[in-house]
Amino acid sequence: MSNHKTMKQIRIHGRGGQGVVTAAELIAIAAFYEGHTSQAFPSFGVERTGAPIEAFARIDDKPIRTREHIYRPDFLIIQDATLLLAVDVAKGCNPKTIAIINTAKPKAEIKINLPMENIHAIDATKIALEEIGKNIVNTVILGAFAKTSGLISLKSLEKAIKQKFSEKGEEIISKNIKAITRAYNLTK
Amino acid sequence: MKISQKSQILEGSNAIAEVIKNIRPAVVSAYPITPQTHIVEDLAKMKADGQADFEYIRAESEFAAASIVAGASATGVRVYTATSSQGLLLMAEVIFNIAGMRLPVVLTCANRGVSAPITIWNDHQDAMTVRDAGWIMFFAENHQEAVEQHILAYKLAESLKLPVMVNIDGFVLTHSYESVIIPTAKEIKRFLPDYKPTKDEYLDIKNPISLGTFAAPPYYMEIREQLYRDLMNAENKINEEYQKLAKAIPGVIKPKEKMTKINDGLIEYYGPSNPKTVLIAMGSMVGTIKDVIDEANSNWLAKKMGLPTVALAKVGVLKIKCFRPFPADAILKIIKNARYVGVLEKAVSLGATEGPLAIEIKTAAHNQTKAKIQSFIVGLGGRDVTKDMIKKIIIEVKKKDDKIKFIGKV
Amino acid sequence: MKITAKPSSTIINKTGGWRTYVPKTDLNKCIGCGTCVRICPESVITMSPNQEGKPKPKTDLNYCKGCGLCAKECPVKAIDMELETK
Repeated sequence: MSNHKTMKQIRIHGRGGQGVVTAAELIAIAAFYEGHTSQAFPSFGVERTGAPIEAFARIDDKPIRTREHIYRPDFLIIQDATLLLAVDVAKGCNPKTIAIINTAKPKAEIKINLPMENIHAIDATKIALEEIGKNIVNTVILGAFAKTSGLISLKSLEKAIKQKFSEKGEEIISKNIKAITRAYNLTK
Repeated sequence: MKISQKSQILEGSNAIAEVIKNIRPAVVSAYPITPQTHIVEDLAKMKADGQADFEYIRAESEFAAASIVAGASATGVRVYTATSSQGLLLMAEVIFNIAGMRLPVVLTCANRGVSAPITIWNDHQDAMTVRDAGWIMFFAENHQEAVEQHILAYKLAESLKLPVMVNIDGFVLTHSYESVIIPTAKEIKRFLPDYKPTKDEYLDIKNPISLGTFAAPPYYMEIREQLYRDLMNAENKINEEYQKLAKAIPGVIKPKEKMTKINDGLIEYYGPSNPKTVLIAMGSMVGTIKDVIDEANSNWLAKKMGLPTVALAKVGVLKIKCFRPFPADAILKIIKNARYVGVLEKAVSLGATEGPLAIEIKTAAHNQTKAKIQSFIVGLGGRDVTKDMIKKIIIEVKKKDDKIKFIGKV
Repeated sequence: MKITAKPSSTIINKTGGWRTYVPKTDLNKCIGCGTCVRICPESVITMSPNQEGKPKPKTDLNYCKGCGLCAKECPVKAIDMELETK
C-alpha cells in the first residue's frame, strides 16, 4: 500500500461501548499485516458506557517508541457526531488532517474546525444497524478509513477483524466484514 | 538451532500471558484487579481451553493469591501471580514472607497508582512501596522487554532463590498493541530448564522440613543480612543470565538501537558517548524520552523547535531496567562526567526531599560526581508523560534550583 | 484543594448524547398511567398536568440515554423509539 516516510498518527473519538479502543487496535493489527510497524492504545478514560473516550494508533516503518497520546493527528475518526458539541475533537489538527465522521447529516452541516475538503462523512450508524444489527460503528467506519487513508487495505482489515473477533464466532466476523466492505465501497 | 522469529501483534497483557504459558508454571493464582486483569484472564482461558496444564487457583483476595503461590512454591514447583496497586499493597505482608523464605515466586505488577483519591491509572507508587521487601525488581520499557524479563525472572528466581517482580506500566503496556516475539516453550526450555528444587529446602511429606520459622534475636539479624547480601550480589548473575538468554533465544531481546551504548540486564544507556545531561527513568516513558533525545541531538530540529541549537544537545537517557538490586556502579559510570542529571519518576516518597529513584541516584553519586542531580515527578495517576514535558525537564535541570519538581503540565 | 464531592453533582454531565434512538411520545394515545416514569432507569421522565388537567409525561432529553424501556413497558404503546439523526 502507501509507502509513507513519516509516522502517521490516528486519533479516534467515541463513547464508551462503541468499540473505540477496538477500532484503534484493528488499525494497528491491519497495519502490522501491511508490513508496517504499528501501535495502538486507549486514552485510559473512565471505563463507563457512554462517556467520551479516545484511542490512538500509530503507523510507521521504523520501531515506534513514543507512548505519548496523540496531540497532532494526521487522521481523526469521529464515531459519534454528538461529540462535536461536547469535546474539542479538532484540537491539535493541522490543515492536512483528514476527519472521518459518522453522521447522517450532509457535510455542510458538520461543525468542525477543518477545511471542508478534509472532511469525510459516512452514515456508519445506518450501515451498522442494517448489517450488524447494533449501533456499533467501529468496524464500519474503518472501512471508510481504509479507503480514505490508503494506509491499510481492505484485505488487511478483514484479517485484523478475523484475529480480533476470533472468539466472537463466524457470524459476527462475516457481518462485520460485509459492513466494512460496504463502507469501503461507499467511500470515494 | 531453529528459531521461531515470528513476530505477532498482541496486546501487552496477552503477550505476557503467552510467555507465562510457555514458561509452564505448575500453579497460577491471582485475584483480578485493573489493569492486571487481562493477563490472568488470558491464563485462565488458556487453562480452560486445554492449552496449558497448570493448576489455576481462584483466590478470594490478593492476600490469598499471594499466600497460595507462596504455599505452592514452598512445595517445590514453579508458580506465577500478577497484581496491581492496592492488590500489591494487600499482598505486602506475604511479599515480605516470600522473600524471607527465599521462595522463587515470579509476580507481574501492572503498575498503577495508589488510592486515595481512587485511580486505576498508571504510576509506580505500588512497586516503590514494597521496594524493601527483598525481591529482584525489573521494569520493562515495551512488550518485548516484558517478555524477556519474565523469562529471565524465572531463571534468576530459581537459581538464586529470590523472588522476582516484573513491573510493566498499567494500560500503557498492558492495554496497548504492538509487535512482539514470543519464544516457544521448547525455545524457553533451552534457557530455562524444568525447576528442580534443592533437597531439604522444600515441603515434602517424605522429607519433612519447616519454612519461615521463628528466629530469635541471636539468629534473625544474620538471616536478614544474608538476604541483603544475596540480593546485592545478584547483579552479576543478572547480567550473566541476560547474555545467556540473548544467545539461547535469539530474537527474544530487541536488537540494539544505533544510539544505545550499553544494554544489559540492569541498565540501558541511549545517547551520546559523553553526555552533558543525563535523564534517568524506568519503564515505558523511556521510549518517549528516546524520541526526544533523537530530536535534541539533532541541531536542525532544535532550530525548528525555536531553541538555541545547543540547548538540548548532548543529552542521553539512562534506563534502569533493574531497580532491585540497585545497579549503583553501572549508573555511576554513565553519570560520572555529566553536568546535569534529571531523574524522572512516577512515584513520590511522601515526606522525603526527593523521589524514591532520585534518593538512590543521589546516594550512589555522593562524592563521586560533580553533576547536579534533580528529582522530577511525572505521570502520577496516569498523567500522560509528553515529549514537551521531557523537553521542559531538559531545560529545567540546567537551572540553579535543585529542589524536587512536579511536572504535570508544560 | 477540594477533595470532596457533593450529591447529584454529576448532573453537569449531560448524557443525552449517548443515545442512538430517541423516544417519541404520542400524548393523545397516552393514558397518563405513569408506568414510564416508574420504569425509567435514569429518572428523567416527569408527569405534569396538561391544559385539561390530565397527567402527561415529559422526557428530559438532556439525560435520556434512549434505552427504550419506557416504550417497551407502555401499556398503550404510546411511545415510539426513533433513530436520531446526528
